[in-house]
Amino acid sequence: MSDVEFHEQSDLNDVSLEGDITAPGFKADDDEFSTLDEPVKDTVMRDVRAVGVKFWHVLYPKSSTALLREWDLWGPLILCVFIAMLLQGKSDDLNNMNDGGPQFAEVFVIYWVGAVVVTLNTKLLGGNISFFQSVCVLGYCVCPLAIALIICRCILIVDEQTTMLFIIRFVAVVLGFGWSTFASTAFLADSQPPNRKILAMYPIFLFYFVISWLIISHTHS
Amino acid sequence: MVTTTTTAMADTSQNWRTQQTAVLDMNDMEGGGSDQSDYETNFTETKPRPPKDSGQGPGGGYMDSVKQRLQENVTNMMWQSGKDKAKSAWNVYGNIDFLRPYFNVEPHEVRSRLLYSFIPQKPSEERQRVHRELYGPMMIIFTLIALLLFQMKTADHRVEEGTLMGTAFGVCFTYWFGASGLIWVLSYVCNTHLTLIQILSMMGYGMGSHCVVIFLGTIIHTSHDHLFFYALWAIVGGLSTLRMVSIIVSRTQGQTQRMIVCGAVATLNLLFLLYLHFAYHQIVEDLSEVFISSNKNLQPMENIADNVVVDDKSAGNVPGEVVDEVKQAIEPLEESVVNLVDKTIGATVKQLIDKDNVDDTVKVLPDKDGPLMGALKDTA
Repeated sequence: MSDVEFHEQSDLNDVSLEGDITAPGFKADDDEFSTLDEPVKDTVMRDVRAVGVKFWHVLYPKSSTALLREWDLWGPLILCVFIAMLLQGKSDDLNNMNDGGPQFAEVFVIYWVGAVVVTLNTKLLGGNISFFQSVCVLGYCVCPLAIALIICRCILIVDEQTTMLFIIRFVAVVLGFGWSTFASTAFLADSQPPNRKILAMYPIFLFYFVISWLIISHTHS
Repeated sequence: MVTTTTTAMADTSQNWRTQQTAVLDMNDMEGGGSDQSDYETNFTETKPRPPKDSGQGPGGGYMDSVKQRLQENVTNMMWQSGKDKAKSAWNVYGNIDFLRPYFNVEPHEVRSRLLYSFIPQKPSEERQRVHRELYGPMMIIFTLIALLLFQMKTADHRVEEGTLMGTAFGVCFTYWFGASGLIWVLSYVCNTHLTLIQILSMMGYGMGSHCVVIFLGTIIHTSHDHLFFYALWAIVGGLSTLRMVSIIVSRTQGQTQRMIVCGAVATLNLLFLLYLHFAYHQIVEDLSEVFISSNKNLQPMENIADNVVVDDKSAGNVPGEVVDEVKQAIEPLEESVVNLVDKTIGATVKQLIDKDNVDDTVKVLPDKDGPLMGALKDTA
């Protein structure tokens, strides 16, 4: 401690407060472009492209780190709102007050609370993945199930529902479920300890199973 | 690494608690920012200095600037101490590392524990091992919630307030925590050597039997006969209850104490399974069909007799005779039912329609809280 100078108290109190907000350790990005000056369209398109790229990665899952490196929650939000809107049960009908169909809030809560619970479980089992990365991956991997939901709704437009149509719907949802689980496995498997992969995969399986069940059991148009 | 953790966990819970307290104490002793070097020392954390040490200002505004600086110092000090307290609270309570030892399991361990939860062990002199594990119970509960959702949807369970998923969640987690809490209190009174985590773990694995029975009961659906369900309830539920009873017997001294705790565990486990089956199941399918479809096409009484097809001629016209007798019994009742409906609902409708302004009725009818809906709700 002999090489340390101690300033007078009054000196330090007189120092004016100015300087960069950057924390020590980060290099000052003076040459980083400022997004305040560009047109809004550019900003929006950049984010839209990022979200689109991630959807593409989910639909053709190869073990890539794109989803993990630059995580965002736009995609999961869009998917969640879309699925919740399509899955709403009929309401405001005098004949059946509450037909038991999942309400918007129920789907919303299942989606996000499910993602959080699965992420917590993954972390507790020793996975080295951040909280939001995991929520991002789980959210994006619902995309195949959303496609299955669109197919089911198209099939439900037909007035009379036959067994054949039900089988088609069932197969579509099962395929979506398998695809989602496989996609999330491709992204999340590497962050788990090798002998505990199945312990981490089971809650993901349950999560997508519940969502698939909500989709397949939704028969009202 | 795994063995050291488990031997650490074999310590009595007192050591674990003092470890927690030690964490709390250390954080409190740290005070404000003793890690920071001298160059980053925040002087606003210390007592606000007497005015003469602050900078010099012009004579007139001197007291004002001093007051202002004092105020800023106090505000900053409170903010900093509040932030530090919140951070230390978060580090202790919000840190999920707190739960990490209870999730330290391998797949084969989970599998074997699941299987052994159905196999009661003969009580012997030594205590039966109860693993402090929360992964298995949590997965069983989530599976049970998914199965309940499945059962509720299949049985067309209607929930007026709230949602199906919320109900399933609430029921399962309330049972797990509530029953475990009750058994914990009883085991404290009866001197059973089980910690809360062990009880949570034990009751959680006991819910595995609930999963199996609900799953089989929903898949193999026998509508009028609950014998299959009762058989499953007795066998599967009984096995897991016996397992829990044998654990408790091996860890309790004294006959009365054993009976109290074992009785409580058995009652809770078995009654919960009955509750899950009957509360979310269409108990009387025939009654519900009759009442709900009352506004759909009802067949007039005369046609029903004609629709009864008698295949077995040798039995005589027994079904036809039965239908005739039922008709005779119901006919006087039919009139009184019709009169009753006319008096209540019909009267209300007439009352509304007889109002001077027809527009009022149009406004009233779709209104869920209006008098018509109220009357309908009352008589339904």
